[in-house]
Amino acid sequence: MNEPRIKSIDYSLYYGEFQALRNITVDIPRNRITAIIGPSGCGKSTFLRSFNRMNELIPSVRTEGRVLLDGENIFEQEVVNLRKKIGMVFQRPNPFPKSIFDNVAYGPRIHGRKDKSNLARIVETSLKSSALWEEVKDDLGRSALSLSGGQQQRLCIARALAVEPEVILMDEPASALDPVATLRIEELITTLKENYTIVIVTHNMQQAARVSDYTAFLLTDEARAGNLVEFGPTKEIFTTPKDKRTEDYISGRFG
Amino acid sequence: MTRKLITETVMKYVLLVSALASMTIVLMIGVFTLKEGLPAFRELGLDDLLFGRTWRPGEGQFGVLSMIVGSGLVTIGAVAIGVPLALGAAIFLAEIAPKKIQGFVRPSIQLLAGIPSVVYGLFGMVVLVPLVRKIPAPGNAGYGLLAASLVLAVMVLPTIASVSEYAIRSVPKSFREGALAVGSTKWETITRVIMPAARSGIVSAIVLGLGRALGETIAMIMVIGNSVIMPTPSTANPLSLFLSRARTLTGNIAVEINYATGIHEDALFATGVVLFVLIMLVNSSARFLISSKRWD
Repeated sequence: MNEPRIKSIDYSLYYGEFQALRNITVDIPRNRITAIIGPSGCGKSTFLRSFNRMNELIPSVRTEGRVLLDGENIFEQEVVNLRKKIGMVFQRPNPFPKSIFDNVAYGPRIHGRKDKSNLARIVETSLKSSALWEEVKDDLGRSALSLSGGQQQRLCIARALAVEPEVILMDEPASALDPVATLRIEELITTLKENYTIVIVTHNMQQAARVSDYTAFLLTDEARAGNLVEFGPTKEIFTTPKDKRTEDYISGRFG
Repeated sequence: MTRKLITETVMKYVLLVSALASMTIVLMIGVFTLKEGLPAFRELGLDDLLFGRTWRPGEGQFGVLSMIVGSGLVTIGAVAIGVPLALGAAIFLAEIAPKKIQGFVRPSIQLLAGIPSVVYGLFGMVVLVPLVRKIPAPGNAGYGLLAASLVLAVMVLPTIASVSEYAIRSVPKSFREGALAVGSTKWETITRVIMPAARSGIVSAIVLGLGRALGETIAMIMVIGNSVIMPTPSTANPLSLFLSRARTLTGNIAVEINYATGIHEDALFATGVVLFVLIMLVNSSARFLISSKRWD
């Protein structure tokens, strides 16, 4: 494995007094898809949202330990720059109530790109990368909210790609979509790993097995804090898990 | 029929009657005002009434143009001062202020809405008018459009602020997250995503404020000077227009209705009709603004 893109070292997170994540140490490999799986409430979304510091929107959140992006502690970086490097796609598609073009151009614009032809190029490239271009190229002025759920999610991926991130976090990106749209998103995710490091949270184990190269399995301990049980290549996790609890979860005995 | 079904049917008609009642009342007030004002329109002519610049009941001259301008200018002044203040307060309350601070800022803004307008008028007379009087300009006595705009700005503030705050709060959290996730600052998130998404609610808030401003009577009578003159700038600076005395459409009716008879009385009802139409124009143009560019 090459030098990891993200390293979390002894990372813990608290909501006020309640500890939600306990001492998680894991390496997220570069240009691979890493799935975070685990039962509901195990902290997998919270862990994902740590990487772009989205948890800080909740005032009572406190963290311990370190998370490194390319060797630099993310908590010592400016959050705006960090989020430019680490994009995010959410569980429910959340395009802005603006045109398709303005949605994708939003990020580049706030980061100072004003030039029209330049913006048009970024929008086109991003929509092509997110496999939406062919469906929307004739009318980029249309409202983003007129798109179908699957298209909206691909638009949100394009919006994330437009600021040229290095990492893309996906929080159950297909859970609100129908099977066909889900398949398209999964295909898209696998093509994106050439250029991006992808971390995906999913409660769907088939999905984790289908798309990911590595899998992290999280589980809550007696105090209901999320722990990392096992991390490894997805194939090994799903065929020869080292931990009994992983095996139980994979085989559907709980969760 | 079962009992449930009967209740169902009865409730349906009770609700229908309530809805019809408010509609009928609006309609009746409109028809009544129009009917009372009609003789004035017929005798004086629409042109002389709407565009006549002189209002001299003793000489049979009933032009309300200067009062349309008076009402219009004081409303513009109030909106120009009040909207930025109200939106600032709304954004602060919805997006920035911690819960504790919200806990005393919001009630104090709402308290403003509960103060009777005559008290605003008093405050304007003893505090604002003397302040405005200090501005050096020929003929400036303090009473006039500026003092009235200031009073009115404070009066429309609570309405605009609370309705806008509600509109801002109704913007889904997911838009905020989406904006922050691509590296927006809080300010960029507010100005580029949240405010545009709350646009229709904010426009409604401003329209509500406009309606209140156009209709305000007693506080205006107390500070605006009430002279029936066409407001004009007294110095080279066009803004000195706001130092001019004026009269509002509402003030015109309230000041004169007690002793008006005959055609004079009809002309005051006609003033009411003009006010009615003005407010309807404001409302429908606002509705047009809201619907013209909506994504959702």
